[in-house]
Amino acid sequence: MKQVSTEILVIGGGAAGLSAAAEAASAGAKVLIVESDLRLGGQLIKQTHKFFGSKDEFAGTRGFKIADILLNEIDAFKDSVSVLQNTTVTGFYIEDDTFTAMRGEEEVFQIKTQKTIVATGAQERLIPFPNNDLPGVYGAGAVQTLMNVYGVLPGKRVLMVGAGNIGLIVSYQLMQAGVEVAAVVEAAPRVGGYWVHAAKIRRMGVPILLRHSIKKALGEDIITGAVISELNEKFEHVGPEREIACDLICIAVGLSPTTELLSQAGCKMMYVPQLCGNVAQRDRTMRTSHPDFYTAGDASGIEEASAAMVEGRIAGLSAAAALGYPTEHGKIDEYWGRLESLRMGEAGARICQGIECVLVKGWEGAAHE
Amino acid sequence: MDEKVGPGRRGRDLDLIEEHPILDFQHGERVRFFFDGKEFEGFEGEPISMALHANGVRIYRETAEMHRPRGFFCAIGKCSSCFMIVDGVPNVRTCITPLKAGMKVETQHGKGNVPEMDERRRHS
Repeated sequence: MKQVSTEILVIGGGAAGLSAAAEAASAGAKVLIVESDLRLGGQLIKQTHKFFGSKDEFAGTRGFKIADILLNEIDAFKDSVSVLQNTTVTGFYIEDDTFTAMRGEEEVFQIKTQKTIVATGAQERLIPFPNNDLPGVYGAGAVQTLMNVYGVLPGKRVLMVGAGNIGLIVSYQLMQAGVEVAAVVEAAPRVGGYWVHAAKIRRMGVPILLRHSIKKALGEDIITGAVISELNEKFEHVGPEREIACDLICIAVGLSPTTELLSQAGCKMMYVPQLCGNVAQRDRTMRTSHPDFYTAGDASGIEEASAAMVEGRIAGLSAAAALGYPTEHGKIDEYWGRLESLRMGEAGARICQGIECVLVKGWEGAAHE
Repeated sequence: MDEKVGPGRRGRDLDLIEEHPILDFQHGERVRFFFDGKEFEGFEGEPISMALHANGVRIYRETAEMHRPRGFFCAIGKCSSCFMIVDGVPNVRTCITPLKAGMKVETQHGKGNVPEMDERRRHS
């Protein structure tokens, strides 16, 4: 079987992976980025809104422009960074210390590497309700891919499930694309996302129904509507049913970290609700319990893209340093400073609690727990 | 960018966003492909599932046991919902497989089988 080798393998070419690759390459390391999608940039290329956060992470710039900035940065290291798009890393075989990968659906090969940065991102969560499997129930990220990357109309009239930042932002983007938003339902008693995003869609007349959720989807083969109702404190449907005519139900109820490869490598995993799922324990260099595996971005805990970029920088820098490439002293502390400033505020406090659970000081002793 | 269907082509246009306040869509070459034997048009190099969606196709496969329709869901190659038969190969993740001119895309019923592979197993 064909085998490719590299010094640092970066799995996932999104916000975290591109930052990791740029950082590792700037230290002098040879990097291979493997991306399952047809384009690099991950979720950034679907984001049309201007980012919050800090200037260091391009606050005020639209997401897809940030992707361009990172791609330009990578371009400067053409000699040391290679990229495989439309290529999925399908597994890690610990006994052979080898990855298997698939380019397209047919071409299978192996990858050998000294260090690996797992920046595989996240996947959409789904909530249970009858007919949630019918075509027309789409994840929020998928809706963004259709309309913001490929310019395809995702539907005519949508029910948005979830009023976190993603639900609110995607509702606004749907309206920009010419899709009618019937309503946003949110199970919690308050809006989860930033107030400015909620205000924007309220100004355009979209009702945000708090303590409401979808009870069932309607349709034989494809979605023709949804039944919603009010919830009580125990999140049980209690209020009168209301039927909403729609051909699209957009699910924005959160994401789960994509961590299978880390588990396959035997990295110590932990379920951390604040980070939205099972994530790898890591030290301040983003190294996991496996000495050659690093984690960054949503794969290490669901957070905003700004933080993913900084975590990617830390992982890239550390992996290069571990290979003996000279890196600037104190850089990791500087990046941690940036993370701390990004994690100020209410949502950040929750993230910090989660990080505290998975962050280890060192691996001696911990490795044999 | 040629958005309209030219003379002698399919009469129905694609469900595309024509005007957008922020984005300017750059599409590839518009090519013909086949969905369940019918001729469709889509943009070369863009994922198959996007082309199908723009042609109004919502059902991409049918599950093996419950015979439930499945379509688009995650669009990042992670959920298996959009598996279809492409040029005879089953279980193709159509959300991350680029469209090519003349491609034969089929609704997948059940798990899908690989005839050549079954044949090879029988001989080995």
